[in-house]
Amino acid sequence: MAVRVLIAKPGLDGHDKGAKTVAMALKDAGMEVIYTGRRQSIDQIIHTAIQEGVDIIGLSILSGVHLEITGELLERMREKGIESIPVVVGGVIPKKDIPILKGMGVEEVFPIGSTFEEIIQGIEKIVGRKSGDL
Amino acid sequence: MASLDEIQKEKERWEKMVLAKNPVPPATTTSGLDLDVIYTPSDLEDFDYLRDLGFPGEFPFTRGVYPTMYRGNLWSMRQYAGFADAEESNKRFKYLLSQGQTGLSVAFDLPTQMGFDSDHPMVKNEVGRVGVAVDTLKDMEILFEGIPLDKITTSFTINATAAIILAMYLTVAEKQGIPAEKVGGTLQNEILKEYIARGTYIFPPRPSLRLVVDVIDFCKDRVPRMNTINFSGYHVREAGADAIQEAAYCLSSAITYVEEVLKRGIGIDDFAPRIAFHLIVGLDFFEEIAKIRATRRLWAKIAKERFKAKNPRSMMLRLFCGSSAREATLREPLNNIIRATIDMMGIVFAGAQSASILSYDEAYTIPTEESALISLRTQQIIGYETGITKVVDPLGGSYYLENLTNRMEKEIKALIDEIDSEGGMLRCIETGRIQNDLLKKAYKSDKKKQNGEVVVFGVNKFVDEKKRDEEIILTQIDPDLSKRQIHRLQQVRSKRNDRKVREALNVLKEKAKGTENLVPFIQEAVREYATVGEICNTLREVFGEHQESVVL
Repeated sequence: MAVRVLIAKPGLDGHDKGAKTVAMALKDAGMEVIYTGRRQSIDQIIHTAIQEGVDIIGLSILSGVHLEITGELLERMREKGIESIPVVVGGVIPKKDIPILKGMGVEEVFPIGSTFEEIIQGIEKIVGRKSGDL
Repeated sequence: MASLDEIQKEKERWEKMVLAKNPVPPATTTSGLDLDVIYTPSDLEDFDYLRDLGFPGEFPFTRGVYPTMYRGNLWSMRQYAGFADAEESNKRFKYLLSQGQTGLSVAFDLPTQMGFDSDHPMVKNEVGRVGVAVDTLKDMEILFEGIPLDKITTSFTINATAAIILAMYLTVAEKQGIPAEKVGGTLQNEILKEYIARGTYIFPPRPSLRLVVDVIDFCKDRVPRMNTINFSGYHVREAGADAIQEAAYCLSSAITYVEEVLKRGIGIDDFAPRIAFHLIVGLDFFEEIAKIRATRRLWAKIAKERFKAKNPRSMMLRLFCGSSAREATLREPLNNIIRATIDMMGIVFAGAQSASILSYDEAYTIPTEESALISLRTQQIIGYETGITKVVDPLGGSYYLENLTNRMEKEIKALIDEIDSEGGMLRCIETGRIQNDLLKKAYKSDKKKQNGEVVVFGVNKFVDEKKRDEEIILTQIDPDLSKRQIHRLQQVRSKRNDRKVREALNVLKEKAKGTENLVPFIQEAVREYATVGEICNTLREVFGEHQESVVL
């Protein structure tokens, strides 16, 4: 079965070119991609993830608030009992924040400069490993 | 003297003989126009100097909108600035002015642009992050404290909440004792591109268009020095468009707005002299300059032929130009200074009226004082030290540039016609056609960068592995800023006359249901220190909110 990916654009930042081109690349790689559109609250993202039964959530954050938003998302996911869905984060992420994000529970970080190929392979690996666990 | 035919024959001979022996790969512009190895007079077959170029300051303005261009006055140097709160931004403004900047350009934070107060739960991480936070008139009073609004003009990157910011600015001027007719500046006030690219919309497109036209209408007689709309190609270009799409979408949007204003019974010459354009000059030097010259010529023809303008000022494409952010890199960011310098030279050769170029760190953060100063210095060095400003349109007459200008004009015009035939720009946004075309183009160009077809030094060519691990430094926002801003907001709320605020908002709500110009009623609410969020919520109740339909 095709991997189902939710690409989400939380917060007010409207720069969605990256989110959308990554979504195109994942689609071309054979995945089923749901893109939330801009300006999503954490609750909306979680709602969509549950409703669509996705295998993985990708957050795109360019405004510098990745630590705050990712932290909140992971907390709400635990509250909703869907913390088993892996989360990856892309965007403007300083190197020093990558271990912090991973410490919070993020599976992988794709800072600006990551290629489509790296993102596709990264996601396939994470989803493959997770389903192997089951 | 050789005829064009003879030159063409010679060119063909040369191409056959010389190029056959020294073959070169084919080349195109970034937008995909094929390029010869060399251009000659025979590539300008129907060239008519007086018809196609004429003189600067005269129709069709190909060579520039003002007669003496930079020999008379340099462009206005306006670096985009604003962050944190009004106090911090006021300090940055004063610093830039003390360093010779000639006008201001304000960046607002996202909550201000999208009509949320700083204490709204949706925005708690975003206060003051990408621009200055403005909740009430109080913030604008602090923002412009000590800056004489009759001497300094200000450009506002503001769209959905443009009417509110205009009302606040005029009220601050009033308090400084400056009448509205002496206040000058520019409002971006260009909502259509928010739906396709930039994203700071609030209401659905049609009521939003009404607000845009309200601002244009309001300023026409009362604030005659205000440029009331900035037709923007910049943001669609950043979202993935090529140079042809950028210019065509920009002009097609301009046509839509002009038609909306004309529907109010306002004459073209009553407002078109106060409109301006915002385009990009990126690294593909000649294509970008050709694009600007072609767009200038096209706008002159559209204003004159399509809208029957009589006043030449209505036909002038006054240009605010930016450098390309898409071409800036996060790796080896100092290289962006060189990229911006080349863009800035293109901006000068293209003949812009004002410019803001990217600071080297802006690929990933808002600029520091140091990086912002380098951008200003780049503009100043080009303006004062190079001498390239002494002659108007110095590249005009180049066989290549004129040929490319003609071809760009043809391509841009063809796309405008296509959009016209599909019902115009608003319709094409509603159907998602434009968004779709942009996304396809963005995806294609990202792939070209990733596979090395488009060369980016330090990223896909001559990558310095040591630099791979270089840390990027994000401009730190004081973690207490949000608390401070909310505190100020609460203080304003506790001191104002709530009854008067409610009254003003009720009147605004009633008027929004009708067709009257809303700016005066917004200004009444602003005077009573109603917040940006309160005013927008009032309008949300009447207009509703835009829901993005996502096309993938």
